[in-house]
Order: sequence, then structure tokens, then C-alpha cells
Amino acid sequence: MRTLAFALAALGCASVVEAQTVAITGGTVYPVSGPKIENGTVLIRDGKIAAVGQNVTIPADAERIDATGKWVTPGFIDAVTQLGVVEVGAVSQTRDVSSTGGEDGIAAAFTVWTGLNPASVLLAPARNEGITSVGVIPGGGLVAGQAAIVDLVPGTATDMVRRAPVAMVATMTPPGNEIASRGELLVRLRELLTDTRAYAANKAAYERNASREYAASRADLEAMIPVLQGRVPLLVQADRASDIDAALRLADDFDLELMVMGGAEAWMVADRLAAANVPVITGAMNNIPYSFAMLGARQDNVALLRRAGVRVALMGNAGGGDEETFNVRNIRYEAGNAVAYGASWDDALRAVTLTPAELYGVADRVGSLATGRDANVVVWSGDPFEFSTTADVVLIGGERVKAPSRQDLLMERYKTLPPNYFLPPPPR
Amino acid sequence: MRALALLLLAAACTSATSTPSTTPAPAAASQAGDSGRSPSAAGPGALSTPLADPFPSTYQRFPSRPTVIRNVNILTAAGPLIRNGALYMRDGKIVAVGATVDAPADAVVIDGQGKYLTPGIVDVHSHLGVYAAPGVEANSDGNEATNPVTANVWAEHSVWPQDPQFPRNLAGGVTTLQVLPGSANLIGGRSVVLKVVPSRTVQGMKFPDAKYGLKMACGENPKRVYANRGPSTRMGNVAGYRAAWINAEQYRRRWDKWLADSTGDPPARDLGLETLAEVLRGNILVHNHCYRADEMAQMIDIAQEFGYEIRSFHHAVEAYKIADLLARDSIAASVWADWGAFKMEALDAVTGNLPLLYKAGAITIVHSDDPSGSQRLNQEAAKGIAAGHRLGIDIPEEEAIKWLTINPAWALDLDDRIGSLEPGKNADVVLWSGDLFSVYTRAEKVWVDGALLFDRLDPTHKWRTDFELGFVRTVADGGDR
Repeated sequence: MRTLAFALAALGCASVVEAQTVAITGGTVYPVSGPKIENGTVLIRDGKIAAVGQNVTIPADAERIDATGKWVTPGFIDAVTQLGVVEVGAVSQTRDVSSTGGEDGIAAAFTVWTGLNPASVLLAPARNEGITSVGVIPGGGLVAGQAAIVDLVPGTATDMVRRAPVAMVATMTPPGNEIASRGELLVRLRELLTDTRAYAANKAAYERNASREYAASRADLEAMIPVLQGRVPLLVQADRASDIDAALRLADDFDLELMVMGGAEAWMVADRLAAANVPVITGAMNNIPYSFAMLGARQDNVALLRRAGVRVALMGNAGGGDEETFNVRNIRYEAGNAVAYGASWDDALRAVTLTPAELYGVADRVGSLATGRDANVVVWSGDPFEFSTTADVVLIGGERVKAPSRQDLLMERYKTLPPNYFLPPPPR
Repeated sequence: MRALALLLLAAACTSATSTPSTTPAPAAASQAGDSGRSPSAAGPGALSTPLADPFPSTYQRFPSRPTVIRNVNILTAAGPLIRNGALYMRDGKIVAVGATVDAPADAVVIDGQGKYLTPGIVDVHSHLGVYAAPGVEANSDGNEATNPVTANVWAEHSVWPQDPQFPRNLAGGVTTLQVLPGSANLIGGRSVVLKVVPSRTVQGMKFPDAKYGLKMACGENPKRVYANRGPSTRMGNVAGYRAAWINAEQYRRRWDKWLADSTGDPPARDLGLETLAEVLRGNILVHNHCYRADEMAQMIDIAQEFGYEIRSFHHAVEAYKIADLLARDSIAASVWADWGAFKMEALDAVTGNLPLLYKAGAITIVHSDDPSGSQRLNQEAAKGIAAGHRLGIDIPEEEAIKWLTINPAWALDLDDRIGSLEPGKNADVVLWSGDLFSVYTRAEKVWVDGALLFDRLDPTHKWRTDFELGFVRTVADGGDR
């Protein structure tokens, strides 16, 4: 299954078939992988970035996009979303984000992207505002399952899944029903990892029914093998400083690749995170002690983590409305707020572009404007973190992807009252 | 039991509008003896009295110094932007606002350095204190979800003044909050208007002489919560509102008659019907949680059927579909900038809601319903301005500031006291670090009734709630302790 997914992901840009050249000229270009370029050109050929710089030769047949006075960045990436797997939060039949995991809360075999709905009406509001890739993260239980990084390209689910799995998602906060305490949670995780090791070492015995009883199903153990081998990172939801410490010890004991999500109190253990080279995916708008695990929540978390040398990607976690679906588009304001609370502007931009691409192993394809990368490019009317700024051009794989969203159609219908219910749909 | 107590209390009430002609029954007297009170000490709770105030505000404004802020861009919410203007406040009130003001010798003079000055933000939809942080079961006091109509409950009786969300809200420039019961019920109970100030008691936070609000809720929430016992449908919801108002009208008539002529025993007092009767008398303002346009239109008809007014619809994600009706009836729309899609009745949320309402001339308000969003209501308004721009609707900042200040003040019927920077008004003032609608701007100083209660630049003077002591290392605006 996983192999198949990789194969599908590799075909991600198959929909870009026509050879074409596009030159974005005159803008201030933020490649992220290098310093900004005033009056720069981004040359795109066949859906890939062919050149970036001040002295780029533009072929005569290139389509030109004038970005004079504008800002040009890689498409933004929101590292933690439920886009495409949750349509209407309160309607269970439109939710494909979790597995019951059975009684043990372990759903390692669950691959969230297999429920991805490319027809979701929530994709357009995000990509129209410059979000070109998202992490799609399963939720629930102790081990929620496997995450994917998804391009918001119009097309099929196969077109969209850029890489999967990119992480195994688990929690360090006891999920009420299944697990009663932190100690029990750690016992369960350690048991799962130990059993995975035993299973991997002797699958034949398992198939002969000659193994001891394991803590998870065969499918879950199988899914955990790449985690144990360090090929797929373990992405843990952890807010309390001591929970992050426990995750660091666990990762050290089993030699896991660890990433922390949430991380409300990560600033308290920033030095240890930096020393272990463990990245944190967090927000910048949360200062409320919503739970006893996040008493230390603070808005300058990002700045403090960066100061300590921790890699940071951004997610929406202010606790308000729909940050993981309808308002994924607001990740750029998360970045702006990070700057308001002490992060450098460049760090904030990196946290919504190249860093999440690196965390999910796709930095060779997205997250920066460098030769050979996919042409996921946004031309902004100004500073992309500002409310007054618009995403004027959004390219994914070199193709313009802005199209009226369902919300745009509603606004068009109701901008004069009473509405005309027989208006033809606007051209796409 | 209740009837006896009513007789007793009615007989002794001194603040009632009329004196009952009956004599306390012996049984009532003996009951009073049980509580160690003489019959004559019975309180005003004997009667269902209009505008009764059994939990009066004890708020006292904090000490303040006469203050002048100069060289500052002032969004007054009552006129054009004053560039490089000045404001003078003294003894809790605004004395002068303009291009220049005369600074008395004893005034603290602050150089605004070209930053922005606005009225204190008013959030008409908050659950601070009733859904306090941390959000554990024991702090969940916002929905009395035991009956679809709980007009008898008052949000202030759930408010925990030590909720650590209060100082964070102040740091967001919010100086006045309407704290509402939740939306589980058709009629959820009374709201309370609070000043965002430290206090041992909720009475110490209550905005003096503010009217109460009544929380009503349409649509999915009540029918979901009461699916098993009813209402389980939208038509069940409407039947529930109407039944409540029918009872309320009867109660109001009975009591108004008795209060006028004091003939015979006073009617039985009922806390829930009393609150509803106060709505019918115009003494309590209706704040109606409602998402869909068609349901709002039905709620308007119900209000007309029973002769009350809806002051504001809240959430109102489809308000843009009936912006003309809302403008016509002077019903405010208190909305988010961009929340939506989380349930069926939120599916048609559009970022154009704020600008389309504004364009139609409706009373437009940005609200939060969220302790995080409430700290950044200026950013929510900025989203609305941007959405307007995309729709070709130009919204000057002088107008957008009204969404955050004078319009919500109107929704609370406090626009004669707060919501704009004008002489004589309460000196609720916020100095922002830059352009109000920039993502990089933060509230820098916040004055409540002229007292500087938040100063981001002064690390020695930070409001910390009891809960935070020992538990929370950080202060409201960031920074370690």
C-alpha cells in the first residue's frame, strides 16, 4: 500500500502536460532558499522553476506575468490541516480524518490520505489565498495513523498526494477514554515499539502463529516498522514541557526521528529540542492556558524556539475557527503574528514554506524558489502576512489555480439584494 | 413554599413601586424567623419588579492621573481620522479630543509617536468567566443544558473573575465584554456586561447601570442538545420560543396590573418569566444566536408577534443574504470575519459578510465568541476591510473602527457612555503600536475609565489572576516572569 502511495505521489504533476514557459518579472522575489532578489525574474518551464535571478534570459515565447511592485514567494504550506478529509466538521459522514483504532487506540495502519476528497469545496479558499500544499494529519486515539503532504492542485487524489506517509502521528497527552495516565501512555507506546521490533525481526514466526501476543494488529505493526527504522518520523502532539521531554527520551531510546506538534510549552525545553534537532510545528496566536498541559502557552513561542535554534513550521492553533479546514488560508496571518511577537520576518516565511517542506521530505520539490523545484509560486500584492494583501497569481506546477470558490459564488449571488437565483455561473 | 415566601417578601418590600395591601401570614413570619430575619427585613425579591438590580455593580474606577496623549492618529469612531492629534482624559472621562488639546500642568503627557489611538474595544459575544481556562469540566459553566428554556439563569452567576483569559483580553485592547450563556438552549438566560478589570467579585466587574441581555439561540445547537426530549427540529425550536413568549406575556400583564393597583395577593414570582417580561417591557435586550438567513427572518416575525425587539443577531453567517432586512429593522449583525464550514448552518459563511452588511447600511459588528479571537478583533476587522476591497467595497478605517467600538456599544445600549472618543464619554482608550489594521500591531497601553490598566512596555505592572500564580509563568502579553 505504502509503495503504491509513493508511486502515486511521484506522478503528482502528471496533469501538467503542455510545455509552456512563464516568466514572472519585476517583483521582489523571496526564494527562501536564498536572499531576496529585488526586481527578480522567476522563469518557469514545464511546470518547474527553470531560473531565478536578476539576469534571467526570458524566451520570446514566454507568457509574462508582471509582478512589478509585488512580492513573489513559494506557495505557502500549512503543516497541519484536515483539508480534504473533513468537509463539514459536525457532519460525521464528511469526516475521514480518524480511525477508531479499536479498543487500544492504535491506528498506525490508518492512512489518512486514502480518504482524501479532491472535490472538497474547502480547497479553493485555501489555494486562492496562496496555500499550495498542506500537511494532512489524522487525529484521535494514541497512535492516530499516517500523515501525507498534499498539493492543492485541481485534479484527482492521486494528483494531489505529494508524498505519503510523511509522518506517523501520535499523542503524548492521554486521550481520555483509552488511556488513564501519562505513565500508561508511555508504557503503551514503548510496548508498541518493542513489539514492532520483535515482529519485524521474525515475521515468519508471526505468520506461523508462533509468536507471543503483540500489542497491536499485524497491520499496525507493519506500519510501525518504518517509524522504528527512522524512515518515517514520529509526529507527536505534545504541549506540556514534561511531555515533550518524555517524547525526546522515547525517541532517543528507540532511535526515532521525532517531530513535535502543538508544543505550547516547547519554549521551556527549547535547548533540548535544538540539541536533539527535533523540530516543532506550532502556532503564534495562542497564549491561553486552555488545559493543564498548556499552562505555559505564549505567543512568542516561535521566536523563543528560533532563538534557541529549533526548526519551526507553523500551523493554525489559536483555538478559534476552522484553522484546519476552512481557514487554512489564515496561516499567513499566523506568520504575521509570529513576527509581531518577536520572530524575524524571514523565519516566519520559512516556517510556512521551506521548513515544512523539509520536515515532510519534499524540500527538493516545494517550499522554495530554486531551479528544478515545482513551480508552486504566489505573486502577492504586498507583504503576504498583511490583511490588505491579496494573492494575485497562484501557480501550482506552473498552472494558474485561482478559480471562484463556493464562497465567491455566494457573494456574487448576494452582492445585490434580492438575489437572482438564475444567474449563470461565472466563467472558471 | 414559594407562595408563602412571596407573600412575606411582597409585604415588606421597600423598594417596590407600590406597597402591597396584604398582611404577612403567620406562617410566612415563622419562616422568616428561621433565617433570623424579621419580616420587615425581607428584601425586594418579594416582587417581580421591573429593572430590579439584586446583584448591583460595585465597580469603582481605578486610580488615574490626568493624561494627555499627543502626536497620535486618532480613530474616534465618531468622525474622520485625526492625524497627529491629541486626547486629554481626566477623572475617568474624556475631556478633549482634537488636533491639539490644552494639557494641564498636572497631566501625564505621552508622545504617541504617530501610533494609533482608539476607543476601547467592545466584544458583544464573550464567554470569558463562564467558560474559564483551563477548560476543564469544573470550569464549564456556560450552558445550563437541562431545559430548552432557561430564561431564569444569569451568566454572572457563572463568571469566575479569576479566569486567566480576562487579562489576556485586556491586552488585546478589549475594555467591555458582554458575557453570554451558551447556545445549547432556545433561551439560554441573561447575559452580563463586564468591564475587563481585576476584581474579587463579578459585581466588581459589572458595568454600572448596563442593561441585561437575553441569549436566544436558533438552529442546530438546541435541536441537537435536546434531540431526545425535544425540541428535535427547527419547527420544534420555534414552537418552544412562542410558548415561552406566550407565558411571558401573560406574566407581564399579571404583574404590571398588580404593580399598578396592588390589589390582592401579588402574583407568583418566576425568575424565568420575569426575565422574559423584562424583554417585553424593553428593559432587556435580545441577543439572538442565529446562522441562517431564513431562520433570522423567522425570528424577526416572532419578535413582532410578541412585541419585542431583537437588538442583534450573533454569528449570523448568512446575514449578508438579508442585509437589507437587518438595515431596515435596525437589528445589528454581530459576526465573525471568516469562520465557517464547521456545521451545516455555517456552510454559507463568506468573508464578504462584514463588507456586504456595511454596504447595505446594517449595524455591523465584529464579535469573537472566542477567547483567542477576542484578543485580535482589530485583525478580524482588517480581514473584513480586505474582503470589502476584493468586492469593490471601500471601507475607510474611520468606518471599520465602528465595527469594534460604537456599534457593539449600541448593541449593549451603552453608546452614550462608551464606544467613541468624544468629550464626556468614559475614558476607555487604547494606544496601539501602529496601524490598527496591520498584523504587526499590538495594543500597547489600555486605559479603562482613565486608569492605565495595561502597559505592554512596563514589565513591573501586569495583571495576573489568582489562577496564574504558581501555575502560569508567563504574563498575558508574553514575556517570562
